Amino acid sequence: MKERVILHSDMNSCYASIEVLHRPGLRGKPVAVGGDPELRHGIVLAKTPEAKRCGVKTGMALWEARQICPDIIFVPPHYDRYMRFSGLAREIYGEYTNKVEPFGLDESWLDVTESTGIRGSGEVIAEEIRNRMKRELGITVSVGVSWNKIFAKFGSDYRKPDAVTVIDRDNYHELVWGAPASDLLYVGRATGRKLKDVGIRTIGDIANAEEEFLYSRLGKMGRVLSAFARGEDRTPVAQIGSRAPVKSIGNGITAPRDLNSYEDVEIVVYLLAESVGARLREHSLAAATIEIDIRDSGLYSFSRRRSVSIPTNINSDIARYAMSLFRENYHFGNPVRSICVRGSNLVPDDQPVQMNLFMDENQRTRRHQADLAVDSIRRRFGYRAIQRGVILNDETLSRADIKSDNVIHPRGYFDRGNLVGI
Amino acid sequence: MIYGEAITIEKEPDRDEEERYKVYVKVVAVFTEDGRLIPLQITWKDGRKYNIDRIIDCRRAASLKGGGMGIRYTCRICSQISQLYYEENNRWFMVPKEV
Repeated sequence: MKERVILHSDMNSCYASIEVLHRPGLRGKPVAVGGDPELRHGIVLAKTPEAKRCGVKTGMALWEARQICPDIIFVPPHYDRYMRFSGLAREIYGEYTNKVEPFGLDESWLDVTESTGIRGSGEVIAEEIRNRMKRELGITVSVGVSWNKIFAKFGSDYRKPDAVTVIDRDNYHELVWGAPASDLLYVGRATGRKLKDVGIRTIGDIANAEEEFLYSRLGKMGRVLSAFARGEDRTPVAQIGSRAPVKSIGNGITAPRDLNSYEDVEIVVYLLAESVGARLREHSLAAATIEIDIRDSGLYSFSRRRSVSIPTNINSDIARYAMSLFRENYHFGNPVRSICVRGSNLVPDDQPVQMNLFMDENQRTRRHQADLAVDSIRRRFGYRAIQRGVILNDETLSRADIKSDNVIHPRGYFDRGNLVGI
Repeated sequence: MIYGEAITIEKEPDRDEEERYKVYVKVVAVFTEDGRLIPLQITWKDGRKYNIDRIIDCRRAASLKGGGMGIRYTCRICSQISQLYYEENNRWFMVPKEV
């Protein structure tokens, strides 16, 4: 079989670069993109290299960042812009291959094996993409080129910004194997510690360790990491537009103020349930399990879940189940800071169900119809065109915008199943 | 509560600051039968109108000076070469020479 040519392209400090591009006055200054402190999402989402040099890290609270870098400038995020740039980047990638698999908003894998005949080698294509992204979108990317997705990703992290790194059969011993184990995808803090305990420090150590030994220390992941490190990962790059099956649909929010009573929580739960319900209906799915995550003002958090007798995507059902879970498990030792409502165990919503004698099926149908009507009103006239009465009880809480807070996170590498080939 | 006391977030740039780098202009343009968008005339901020004599180049590009990205039309206006950007949010901008 012909060896694959895989590119991994990573937009360098994506959010921050896009903000700086739109405001040239910020160029060369330490800038951090952060949430809205009034609504209390006070963390750094992205930073420019200048801010990074001061020690600002992604995920820091804004006040911490200000402490170590007094000159730092905070700008609020504009997700619409990031989505637009991400879409345009994918359009550029799409000119080279039909196999483009996004990994979050700012990273993508490209399988250009079939294009090398007309477009030139992987390195040539990577250079072309790098130049075009800079010229056409005004942001820099770092690109890794290799024969598998894992080493391609390693390559894009190896040298940045605005660089191309080729990892081939001749240099991977030197480039990849010499690097610390934590540079490998899926070696996080916990795994890194476990590996260090047995004297495995570099990716080369992982590759040279007995697979069975890694299996005994790390379980299934041990085999996967062993294949990753040896460059034997065969996970294919997905086609453009293919989507991993949805496993759960949830929305969470840090409330604009602390929630002190069941009434407060109810407002937020209804807001979240409406969003979860709408998204379930969008996908024609129903949830057989409803889950909640709660975090209190002392940052203690827990989650609870419950199976429901009939899978549902009706807003009021979701909210009712979530509220009963909450009432049973929380008694306001501390005020509540953030809540997440999620539906999982998803089934198609037209799947036949066992009717329940004690549930009024007519009423369920009517509520479902009402939800669909609300969805279509909102589609045509905007989210605020129609709202639930309970939400009007509190101005500040109802201001929270659930939909746009529904940020895109990178999906797991194994979302479509383990395709590593071991 | 450890969150956000004295943090000031940069406000959205007001028009003045934005205008320092880029000037939004009024544009008269046509759509051709085959779907191309061709600007014909611009109105500068002082109200003077300029005809676009010729479009030399048209491609997607970022404007690092002006701050933004869009379809860039390289035009000849009164025998001067100028660049006009279509931002795709239905607004057009140019970058003043003095920036």
